[in-house]
Amino acid sequence: MTTFTGPITAAAIAANLITFLEHRTKQDVAANLDLFGSGLVTSLFALELLVHLEGTFGVTVAGPDLTLDNFRTVDAMTALVLRLGGGIGG
Amino acid sequence: MATTTDPDLGRPLAVLGAGVMGTAITALAIGRGIPVVLLDVSETVAEQAATAAYNQMRMARIMGKLPSAGGTGSVRTTTDMRDIASCRAVIEAVTERAEVKAKVLAEASAVVADGTLIVSNTSAIPIDEQADWVSRPADLVGIHFMNPPYLIDTAELIQGPRTSVSTLAAATDLLESLGQHGVLVGDGPGFVINRILQRMINEAARIVQENVATPQAVDEAFRGCLGHPTGPLGTADLIGLDNVVDSLQILHERTRDDGYLPCDLLRAKVVDGDLGRKTGRGFFDYGGTTS
Repeated sequence: MTTFTGPITAAAIAANLITFLEHRTKQDVAANLDLFGSGLVTSLFALELLVHLEGTFGVTVAGPDLTLDNFRTVDAMTALVLRLGGGIGG
Repeated sequence: MATTTDPDLGRPLAVLGAGVMGTAITALAIGRGIPVVLLDVSETVAEQAATAAYNQMRMARIMGKLPSAGGTGSVRTTTDMRDIASCRAVIEAVTERAEVKAKVLAEASAVVADGTLIVSNTSAIPIDEQADWVSRPADLVGIHFMNPPYLIDTAELIQGPRTSVSTLAAATDLLESLGQHGVLVGDGPGFVINRILQRMINEAARIVQENVATPQAVDEAFRGCLGHPTGPLGTADLIGLDNVVDSLQILHERTRDDGYLPCDLLRAKVVDGDLGRKTGRGFFDYGGTTS
């Protein structure tokens, strides 16, 4: 697993998440694909996404951020990581 | 809703066993704001389970299956049975082996007060058999939580012949506080779900063993033809194949029905350590990660 420790761009976050998802699902993943609505991943996979996101970008997701809207797409997760300051000094 | 006079307010729930189900039940409880004392024979295992339970609870909140409001219960880990003495209720979730459950239930019932609800989260062992292992058989009831209980909100509620009316009422209240609906069923090996499910899993595995179909084909047929959200082998991987074999053996010992004899493929996977999702591989590959 890559761990980002410095400033990071949205493109780098999205690329990492897409690589992770394509490796785990063996399917192509677009940044705006509804991961759960499309049936690509199950509810249980949300745990893997959460652990990957926190372990890779050094963020902690808690409280009101624990919503499906923040995990529904790669774009949404990218925005979440940026908002939580992921990779900056992490 | 709890009031200031609620005697259970703030009193933790004891969860015995920090395996797959003990962890998931802990996640369910803390996600509903109920503190937990999590006991295991290994402090390391208990601490890892507490972390896993916190992650599972957050996942359930992401999926909208646990409330975001109402706070998060704390988890205290321990290896000392005396630490559960003041708990509001006890949920036993140790390995599905009679000798292990007998020891743990006897120790737990010896330290809690008379009238404390004692729940066995057994997969298959009849409640009346377990009632012989506790100090007060009337205080024992069965609740067969599904896996994971924070995503599946219905459980089997098993009334043994010696379960008291007040114990059944307390179990119903506990289920309500956990956001669970209990389906009341009678006692017997495997109750309803596992009497049917474990045999189905065994037969599905035997079909793979005989090269009649691949695991993918078996589960695809159940999903596509019968509308099951998960096929029998995916379900087995989620349960844990060691638990499946243990449950089948319990069912076979108590029914003498050879349909419950674990097939060779199931036994081989357990010997090889391919126990399902919890080890990253069972009938299906989970990328070497636990999930």
